[in-house]
Amino acid sequence: MSHSRPHLELSSVGMGFPVKGGTFTALEDVNLRVNEGEFISLIGHSGCGKSTVLNIIAGLMRASRGGCLLDGREVTEPGPERAVVFQNHSLMPWLSAYGNVELAVRQVFRRSMTREQRRDWIIHNLELVHMGHALDKRPDELSGGMRQRVGIARALAMQPKVLLMDEPFGALDALTRAHLQDSLMEIQRELNSTVIMITHDVDEAVLLSDRIVMMTNGPAASIGEVLDVPLERPRDRVALADCPEYNRCRQSVLSFLYEKQQKVTPMPQRTARPASDADAVNA
Amino acid sequence: MQQTAPVTRITDFMKQRMAGFNPQGAIRALTMPVLGVLVFLLLWQMAAQNVTTSLGSLPGPAGVWEQAGNLWEGHLEEQRRAAEFIEMQKERNAQILERNPDAEVRIRPYSGKETFIDQILTSLGTVFSGFVLASLVAIPLGIVVGLNRYLYEAVNPVIQVFKPVSPLAWLPIVTLVVSATYTVEDPMVSRAFITSMVTVSLCSLWPTLVNTIMGVNAVSQDLRNVSQVLRLGFFTHVWRVVLPSAIPMIFTGLRLSLGIAWMVLIAAEMLAQSPGLGKFVWDEFQNGSSESLGRIMVAVIVIGLIGLVLDRGMLTLQRLLSWDRASATH
Ligand SMILES: Nc1ncnc2c1ncn2[C@@H]1O[C@H](COP(=O)(O)OP(=O)(O)OP(=O)(O)O)[C@@H](O)[C@H]1O
Ligand SMILES: [Mg+2]
Repeated sequence: MSHSRPHLELSSVGMGFPVKGGTFTALEDVNLRVNEGEFISLIGHSGCGKSTVLNIIAGLMRASRGGCLLDGREVTEPGPERAVVFQNHSLMPWLSAYGNVELAVRQVFRRSMTREQRRDWIIHNLELVHMGHALDKRPDELSGGMRQRVGIARALAMQPKVLLMDEPFGALDALTRAHLQDSLMEIQRELNSTVIMITHDVDEAVLLSDRIVMMTNGPAASIGEVLDVPLERPRDRVALADCPEYNRCRQSVLSFLYEKQQKVTPMPQRTARPASDADAVNA
Repeated sequence: MQQTAPVTRITDFMKQRMAGFNPQGAIRALTMPVLGVLVFLLLWQMAAQNVTTSLGSLPGPAGVWEQAGNLWEGHLEEQRRAAEFIEMQKERNAQILERNPDAEVRIRPYSGKETFIDQILTSLGTVFSGFVLASLVAIPLGIVVGLNRYLYEAVNPVIQVFKPVSPLAWLPIVTLVVSATYTVEDPMVSRAFITSMVTVSLCSLWPTLVNTIMGVNAVSQDLRNVSQVLRLGFFTHVWRVVLPSAIPMIFTGLRLSLGIAWMVLIAAEMLAQSPGLGKFVWDEFQNGSSESLGRIMVAVIVIGLIGLVLDRGMLTLQRLLSWDRASATH
């Protein structure tokens, strides 16, 4: 990268978890520089340490070695400028969709917005993810995909410098997923926010990202390859289907995952998997 | 948009209950319970005839019913006397004032003997005060202890030791402490009331405390992560994340506590001779007239019914206030 000082920087991050009879080294020597407004995807096999990397950036975990810098300042604790969309939505079960977003908005904008402004902002963000019709529904009255959308709305509503997303579209059906991917691209272009997204879906990674960070298998996982995705924005999923550049990127991620980083122990039920799933990394 | 107001929630709740009402279902639902009660009354009648005590044979349902009527009559009688007494004073005061407009007049309250109904009201007042005191201590303490692992480890052994202590063991200590410390001239509330109230609190504190601690401990890591990302302040975190999350558990504790409070109260009143249902039972026992057994039976049934009503009341409150309907079942 030609920039003198990156927006976000991970330098020689290592992570060990204390386990019975010693330490389990999950990450070793992870180095990554992210520029402002960049969209980064983290991809890798299940259990390799993607969530751990994200948690370290979020400040929810402290790296055992090395550290994370945001705008030159070391990340030592979580904060709303690094909003997280959690892998399992993490909504307050006693609050409505509105209430969940409100909890975040009230905290972040309690000084800078009036009550009415906050109200409009909450509704605006829920409408962005097409949840305007279910403002009063509580999480147990929402489908999995709808919960995930509320989680995304909550993170967006915080207007973070860096948006951290842990498999945000994992639980969604293909149509909703495509729709949310498009809105995410749109929102990201508008706000020029920095996004780091974990995904298991190769197409999703190529479609959305500026760069795809591919992680090696654990233990002691690290960054194997980083792929630049030099596709013009705005991107259109239908047009991209025949684009040679798109297919080259897709090919190179697939070959990293299935040839270079093949899972050593194949799952016993692998044979039963339908062929259409071949593109998705086994989750 | 915003959280529904409590009032609309209450009306919603009523509507829900009313919507589910159909007469046929109600008859079917009532058949077995009514049958059960009838069989119980029959067995009671048969058994009672065969048990003779120094005060005569045990009264059957009919005898107890009669005593219940007597107690109610007695209460009405006392009320009438009280009204007469006040009326009489008023008349006399009016006469005095007629003769001398500057005279200082006052109305002395009627000091007749406490009726059964008065005793019930006294008991309810005591149990309620004791329970509220216990909750006011247990819930905040439980939250503080539940939030801090070290504090929890320190406090846990103390809780485990005091939790199973019977009210009978607390009572002498509380009595002595209260009489040593509560030395107000012309006290507003009687010493006996304070003693039974504190005893009730001490015994009913533990379920709420333990459940609050467990509820606070069980706040999921995911929700705590959200709170951390938002950088909620300590009080906001407690108020908007910890407390709602622990509410179902807290209510479970409160229901257990109220049940214990009611049981403990009767025992405490008996021993401490403080006015209330317990004292009523004890006095009747000492009295030993032919009607005593019937009256004690009335008291036993009333105690049971009140306990039931208290428990149902807490359950209703829980359904209204707790987001987790699933945990609010009998
Ligand atoms: N608290 C912990 N204690 C011990 N080991 C842990 C802990 N958290 C994570 N690990 C281990 O670290 C490794 C990486 O976990 P992580 O959750 O980051 O994987 P992941 O890449 O996000 O997987 P997935 O795609 O399935 O979500 C795993 O092997 C996991 O067992
Ligand atoms: Mg993960």
